Amino acid sequence: MTHQPHPFAITLDVGTSLANHTGSWRTNRPVYVDRIPPCNNQCPAGEDIQSWLFHAESGDYRHSWDEIMKNNPMPAVMGRACYHSCEDVCNRARLDSSVSIHAVERFLGDLAIKEGWKAPPGAPATGKKVLVVGAGPSGLACAYHLARIGHAVTIVEAGPLAGGMMRFGIPKYRLPRDILDAEVKRILDLGVTLKLNTKVEDIPGLMKSGGYDACFAAIGAHLAKRVNIPSPDAGRILDAVSLLRDMETGAEPPKLGRRVIIYGGGNTAMDAARTAKRLGAEETVIVYRRTRAQMPAHSFEVDEAVEEGIMIHWLRTIKQMDEHSFVVEKMALNKDGWPEPTGEFETIEGDTLILALGQDVDLGILDKIPGVKVTKEKTVEVDRNMMTGFPGLFAGGDMVPAERTITVAVGHGKKAARHIDAFLNGTTYVKPAKHDVATFDKLNTWYYTDADGSQQPHLDMLRRRTTFDEVVGGLDETNALYEARRCLSCGNCFECDNCFGVCPDNSVIKLGPGKRFEFNLDFCKGCGICVTECPCGAIKLVPEDI
Amino acid sequence: MKPQTNEQKIKFYQKGTFTVGNRLIDPDQRLVQATTDRSNAITSGHRACQGCGEALGARYALDAAMVATDKQLVAVNATGCLEVFTTPYPETSWQIPWMHSLFGNAAAVASGVAAAFRVKGRDNVRVIAQGGDGGTTDIGFGCLSGMFERNDDVLYICYDNEAYMNTGVQRSSATPPAARTATTPAMGSAPGNVFGTGKNVPLIAMAHNIPYVATASVADLRDLEHKVQKAMGIRGSRYLHVYVTCPLGFGTPSSDAIKIARLAVECGFYPLYEAEYGVVTHTGTIRKKVPVEDYLRPQARFAHLFKGGKTDVETIARLQAMCDANIKRYNLLRDEGVVA
Repeated sequence: MTHQPHPFAITLDVGTSLANHTGSWRTNRPVYVDRIPPCNNQCPAGEDIQSWLFHAESGDYRHSWDEIMKNNPMPAVMGRACYHSCEDVCNRARLDSSVSIHAVERFLGDLAIKEGWKAPPGAPATGKKVLVVGAGPSGLACAYHLARIGHAVTIVEAGPLAGGMMRFGIPKYRLPRDILDAEVKRILDLGVTLKLNTKVEDIPGLMKSGGYDACFAAIGAHLAKRVNIPSPDAGRILDAVSLLRDMETGAEPPKLGRRVIIYGGGNTAMDAARTAKRLGAEETVIVYRRTRAQMPAHSFEVDEAVEEGIMIHWLRTIKQMDEHSFVVEKMALNKDGWPEPTGEFETIEGDTLILALGQDVDLGILDKIPGVKVTKEKTVEVDRNMMTGFPGLFAGGDMVPAERTITVAVGHGKKAARHIDAFLNGTTYVKPAKHDVATFDKLNTWYYTDADGSQQPHLDMLRRRTTFDEVVGGLDETNALYEARRCLSCGNCFECDNCFGVCPDNSVIKLGPGKRFEFNLDFCKGCGICVTECPCGAIKLVPEDI
Repeated sequence: MKPQTNEQKIKFYQKGTFTVGNRLIDPDQRLVQATTDRSNAITSGHRACQGCGEALGARYALDAAMVATDKQLVAVNATGCLEVFTTPYPETSWQIPWMHSLFGNAAAVASGVAAAFRVKGRDNVRVIAQGGDGGTTDIGFGCLSGMFERNDDVLYICYDNEAYMNTGVQRSSATPPAARTATTPAMGSAPGNVFGTGKNVPLIAMAHNIPYVATASVADLRDLEHKVQKAMGIRGSRYLHVYVTCPLGFGTPSSDAIKIARLAVECGFYPLYEAEYGVVTHTGTIRKKVPVEDYLRPQARFAHLFKGGKTDVETIARLQAMCDANIKRYNLLRDEGVVA
């Protein structure tokens, strides 16, 4: 029609309601947000779990693996040896069971080894040199991150092989050595120099003579704690750390008696007991002074040990070791949960004692360095930037005050690398602010299909008791994909189109794959249906300034 | 090691699923509402209240019908909210040919439109009549029954928000028992609407032995689109009864429009089913069963049942009995067994 003036009548052009900007009604405005999922928030290594699962869900395993590698250089190791505290906080646990994050990580890690995927290339060389002392998880992680930034890294390791507690603490049946070797090699392939069998005595001296601009010390905690137990033959008292180390370095497996007693209740005690069983001990008994509820070992490790026929004597302390028996005292828990002696004694049979009472840091090379402070728990004090009192000397892993797990160690390595990089550039690393956590109440779980979790296969019992073959198997691709797809994507848009569909005012603009959505505030009335119906809690309503 | 397989029978949010769409699903499996080229039969700028369930339900239904008919579609509207908020002269929100005559004659006008297209040899143009519960279950009921009886080729869609919301929340014959409206105030010994004998229009439609009758909800888009598509594949009289929420009339937050509709389905208050030639052929299932109280409590129109911290146990039990009867009649819990 031509644009001539019309009389007021039915000949008037039909006007569209698009002229009516209903956005002016709004008192609240919807805003897309990225909330941090509980798993990411929990991960000591700072993995962006939701993000790598997102790629795995579409079968893009390479992209998914690359995403893990941004934070953790050893997915196949971590998928096995990490205690996956992420799964303890997974929102899906409130629906059926948590996503088996570690199993998917392991699948991706194994796939990367099989396919020979390399770490993403690093930045050009900066000309800076960094010394890393200790080739455990923390040192390796730090070296990896520093190398990718472009710094020249040399790792000096006192032991004969790289891996630290991943090799000398975690038995083969939990972490096969070909997996460990492959992931260590991938880090070294970035151009990291590794010097084995080299114990550093003077860190500041070596930094000076070697021309290192900074140092990351991660020597671990390898000294077994001892207690004094009267015994006719001290040769039959071993410590768990030495036993597990000898398994890796000795030509012959250590000789144990027929009845082995393990003293302690941590993960190392479980590892020592299960190793003793595999070495042929007829009877393996763990003696622990408290009850299962107070036991520091992870529940699944205790379960697996018990499955393998290991017995546990709760509420006992060892008083004396005789020729073929031990005198133990019964304990009782006081109201604070601490054990107190009861004065009642009993005798148990046994001919070898393995102490697994915790480990100390070998402070010999550190406490003489000017400025380095030692805590009363005999660990090395570091500041918020992971730096010790000696400028340029950073520390992490088991030797600093923190939980002693490989995940924490890997996290320390990454964190230290960032601070070392900032130190080398004369700046300070400022951590980006964290988003608020996508708690369960932020989700609309009606939209998620019920789907029970997958179970990883376990080795048959006979072989578990007699060989060091890996106990827990991996998921095949079908199951790994299934498991990845159980992720609720808490707090992060997964482009389900709900907001786009449920808006009564067509005020959500779909931007296309990977680009998410935006609001058309000309028409959005601020009803908030999109907020309520977003499955993953990625929209919030904020008041308008009126 | 023992091999272990989880057959991928389960549909995840990424595959199939209850969400509107998703990035991993095949494009031809996506809902109409997930596509950027959907018709948006009611475009932006309409004057429906914030969080209007009817605006949403009507767009869902008409967009699906537009796809099913390759955009050869005409809509006839009864008087009601839907007509008023979309067409304040001289503006219109309709992106399809649309006409309005009177409150009570939408079914008759639609029958005439369909007849006219037939006479002109344009059988490919399909007709939808639509109205609210007032224009359908009360005022337009005679014309509707006539349309059914003649088996005119029209899909009649009733958007049921359970009262005359447009004129200020007066009771209709679709208002549920105990609900407070302007004409059934919450006072006296039996506050709110009377229990009465009920007037179930989908069942009355079924009694006409027409080819297709279905109930749908604004809370279950996948089901709704499926039913519209199916209805448009059939010739003759068809009836679709869509439960839509009204934040104003129900007294609920605008953000909860779909949530309340979902609770109506999940407690058994509003059963989803399909019937062909008078026989129920398919019923929906309740995924997460809730007591009727969960549906009633958030709504101000039922607030008198929870007044002063005291719960009107007797009335709620009567409403629960209605839900339980629906669950039994339509087997909404699949005999309490596995619900897919």
